[in-house]
Amino acid sequence: MSRSVIPDPLRRLPWRVLIPLTALVLFGSTVLYSAAGQHLWPWAAMHVIHYLAFLIAAVAVSRLSRETYMRAAYPLYGVLVALLVLVEAVGRIGGGSQRWLNLGVMTLQPSELMKPVIVLVLARFYGSLPPALSSSWRALLPAAALMALPAALVIVQPDLGTALAICFGAVVVIFLAGVPVWWFIGGGLAASIIAPLAYFFVLHDYQRKRVTVFMDPEADMLGSGYHIMQSKIAIGSGGLLGKGLGNGTQSHLQYLPEAHTDFVFATMAEEWGFVGGVFVLLVFFLIFRWGLAVANRAPDRFSRLLAAGMVTTIFFYMAINLMMVMGLAPVVGIPLPFMSHGGSSMMTNMLCIGTIMAVDRWSGRSRMTSG
Amino acid sequence: MAKHITSGTLHNSFDRRSVVLGALQGGVGLLLATRMGYIALAQNAHYTLMAESNRVSLTLIPPRRGWILDRLGQPIASNRADFRVDLIPERLIDVNRTIDELGPLLALTAIQIQDIKDKLDAAHGFQPVELATHLDWEKFAAVSVRTPDLPGVQPERGFARQYPTGPSVGHLVGYVGPASAKEYAREKNPLLITPGFKIGKDGLEKRYDAELRGVPGARRVEVTASGRIVRDLETRDDIPGDPIKLTIHGGLQDYAARRIGPESAAVVVIDCHTGDILTMCSMPSFDPNSFSDGIGRLEWKMLAEDDHVPLRNKVLHGLFPPGSTVKPTVALSFLEAGLDPGEATVCTGGLRVGNRVFHCWNHHGHGRVDMLKGIYQSCDVYFYHFAQAMGMDVIAAMMRRIGYGHSFPLPFSSQSFGTVPDPAWKQRKYHKDWAIYDTVNATIGQGYMLVNPLQQAVAASRLASGKMLMPRLMANDPAPPIAPLGVKQEHLDLIHAAMNEVVNGRGTAGKARIPIPGVQMAGKTGTAQVVGLNVGNGKGGSWKNRDHGHFICFAPFDAPRYACAVLVQHGGGSGAAYPIARDVMTYLFDQQKAWDVLLPMEAGWGGTPQQRMAAKYASYAAQYGPNVPKVPDADQAVQQVEAADASAGNAPSPIESTAAAPAPEPPAETPTIATPGNTLPPTALAPNPPTTPNPPPRL
Repeated sequence: MSRSVIPDPLRRLPWRVLIPLTALVLFGSTVLYSAAGQHLWPWAAMHVIHYLAFLIAAVAVSRLSRETYMRAAYPLYGVLVALLVLVEAVGRIGGGSQRWLNLGVMTLQPSELMKPVIVLVLARFYGSLPPALSSSWRALLPAAALMALPAALVIVQPDLGTALAICFGAVVVIFLAGVPVWWFIGGGLAASIIAPLAYFFVLHDYQRKRVTVFMDPEADMLGSGYHIMQSKIAIGSGGLLGKGLGNGTQSHLQYLPEAHTDFVFATMAEEWGFVGGVFVLLVFFLIFRWGLAVANRAPDRFSRLLAAGMVTTIFFYMAINLMMVMGLAPVVGIPLPFMSHGGSSMMTNMLCIGTIMAVDRWSGRSRMTSG
Repeated sequence: MAKHITSGTLHNSFDRRSVVLGALQGGVGLLLATRMGYIALAQNAHYTLMAESNRVSLTLIPPRRGWILDRLGQPIASNRADFRVDLIPERLIDVNRTIDELGPLLALTAIQIQDIKDKLDAAHGFQPVELATHLDWEKFAAVSVRTPDLPGVQPERGFARQYPTGPSVGHLVGYVGPASAKEYAREKNPLLITPGFKIGKDGLEKRYDAELRGVPGARRVEVTASGRIVRDLETRDDIPGDPIKLTIHGGLQDYAARRIGPESAAVVVIDCHTGDILTMCSMPSFDPNSFSDGIGRLEWKMLAEDDHVPLRNKVLHGLFPPGSTVKPTVALSFLEAGLDPGEATVCTGGLRVGNRVFHCWNHHGHGRVDMLKGIYQSCDVYFYHFAQAMGMDVIAAMMRRIGYGHSFPLPFSSQSFGTVPDPAWKQRKYHKDWAIYDTVNATIGQGYMLVNPLQQAVAASRLASGKMLMPRLMANDPAPPIAPLGVKQEHLDLIHAAMNEVVNGRGTAGKARIPIPGVQMAGKTGTAQVVGLNVGNGKGGSWKNRDHGHFICFAPFDAPRYACAVLVQHGGGSGAAYPIARDVMTYLFDQQKAWDVLLPMEAGWGGTPQQRMAAKYASYAAQYGPNVPKVPDADQAVQQVEAADASAGNAPSPIESTAAAPAPEPPAETPTIATPGNTLPPTALAPNPPTTPNPPPRL
């Protein structure tokens, strides 16, 4: 490529993904600026600050070697499981559910970090599993256990959304690892039997209500269905080009719940319309395409699974959030990556990005990403 | 069994599967894009409408209620500007905290706070609950600036109903109040749950609600999800309700109500030319001003415990034996049936019929009594004697013609119609033959005979005018054609002369003369016994056992202009009734003279009815505070009192079985009235036989 005044390390960053990503974050910040009534604070500026801070973190983790990742996988997993137990214990003592650990300077949500780490630990597991064992029970049972332990700990918090995210990331890694397809078919059948049972015996009342409301939001317009309904109204009334920046009545008059976090897409769609929505989907498409491309050219099994798993984790966030705001999924508290306000979600997603960047670097093809 | 798996096959498998994964992700992306297109493009109109209906709230401006005017155009019910604060239960987050915060701000007492909580308990959803009305600007402003922190609290500037003469018109016009959940369910009109809007709850306010209501104005405002108004978009003014004009003379109505004083009484005044009702009041009453703000626990207790039953409209729902006030009508029936007014009988204080003696109220006897004397001295024996000769059917027919025994086309939900008994009626009702004592009872207005004060006033107006006057209340309704009564003028003249004699001559009500030169009032006293003489003499003792006092009258006697009926329930005799009639009639000719009489008396009673009620409320408040049981549903309860009255009035009275009604012992003073020209002590009036089922017969 051309010799440039831009320093080499900077030049070698994967701009192909960082440019759309930055555009998405800035767009999200614009939406947050409008949601705050044309104010940079408290959300819009903070959003950019979060992004920049975690971008540095992402670049930092992308500099780590493959071996570091391999070495860190099990210890990290162990620490997080221990933290999950600790959170549960603190919660029990404090009386009531708790997801956070207060570390003084910041609050840490271990279940949030578990989403990328479950991918890491399973990639690590399959990466060192002899290929010949791929279709034996030894390929599945330890992986299933690695998934079930944190999922169970998160479910009792209770945080169904995060537990599902952990399971989804894990299942996709197991799938890509090449275990026989019929296990998944069998697993799917089992899930379709367990799901109704879980609905009646495992879910909490409020979770059950979310599911029933999702099935028929209009039945409970003033209760839980309100959120879905208001979100659909916001998106629907935006039309093709939206109402214009600052003119979204659904968000500004507080009809839209959580307009700056979980329902930020509806806030955006009201003011930017279908065009804004297509832009957001397009950026996500570029990110995922890049991520899967990185996975495909990764040098080994561990790297492949790691990159693909990270893509999946971000994808799961996006898909569930968008399905929720459009009335295709129950209301689960999952924010939209890179757009919703909130440091925790930004951290997780940027760590995923950073990890994919690391895999990209290991492939030794980073020079191509500048072009 | 499993095929050999190498790193290469796994790589291939990964490639294949990642393509599947990518395809799935792309599929989800397409699904999301399609879904968004469907919502935002295909259903855009639908959701735009929903967003608009979210954003824009149509606030109704309650229309100003039409005024109720008296015959001179003076307001009986009007509106005044008002600062008020409402609570919207649906939007309240913490009821107790909100009330605790507002209590000191609005200087609410513990009693008021309790009443507000009662109202909140009964309210649902968006049905507003009145927190305070008639606020001054400082208090209103103090609440208004705090509304952002107090969701569900709505300060409002509007209009409130005002009844300048308060309790004087309570029974006449009724009162207004916020619509109940039931009323809202019936009408489904959003106006009904608009803060500040009130509907007629009773009386004319209820009957003419449609006319008085008006058309609400509207204000389109932009609101937040929590109901806070962001800005005004558009305003349309309200159209006030139509006024209704009554035939009532507002000043006279107020005077009559105040003149009644502490008694439980009713006064009706009718215009003898047109049948216009000039006054129709029943006291004690409730204050419609305070009822319209909602009926609190203490107020309810105060009204419910009052043995004078302030919630009962005695004019329309009371039923009383009319006593001797029926005698002019009975005499008229004799004349029409051909009795020579000069024909006389001798009263020795009683009349023997078969083996029984029916006593005159005057045990000393009236001596020779002709019709004239029979009326002005209210001699019972005269009527016993000739009633047997003429027969009950003759009497009953005239009674009905004169206005007894039916209801009139007036805009009230119910009226008692009372009873004019005759043999056919008794047969129908009790399957018993008519007996002599039934005739005896009926001719002196006792026994089965039951009337209400309105009927008595109508009877007085018809006797006075000789026309079939129909009482009329709505001034703008077309006046019905007035038929003649169909009796000879000379007969009427004789009755008028006799009734004039009652007041201005040798009769039973000499003190009823009105102090207007050139105007003579004619009248007839009546005293109806409530209990047998074995219980009491009807004059003193327990209030409940005292005789009812009646007086019917008209003036001027030679050219009747106004007719009046007064009932004083348990007044101890007609002596309680005719002074009221006298002063009320005086008011019609000279208001100053009438006030000169009333004002000193009122000072002795403790002020106007409003002042007395306020004093009573204060003493109740001091005595009970908030420790009073809850009002069930006051509006409903008010109507139940009325319904109970109406059904009681129309239910069969207990059969007067074997017992005749012998003449009572006369009061000690009565002998004096036998002497012509004597001024009568107020209690020396025409007592009549008892009506209780089983007084001991005297033979």
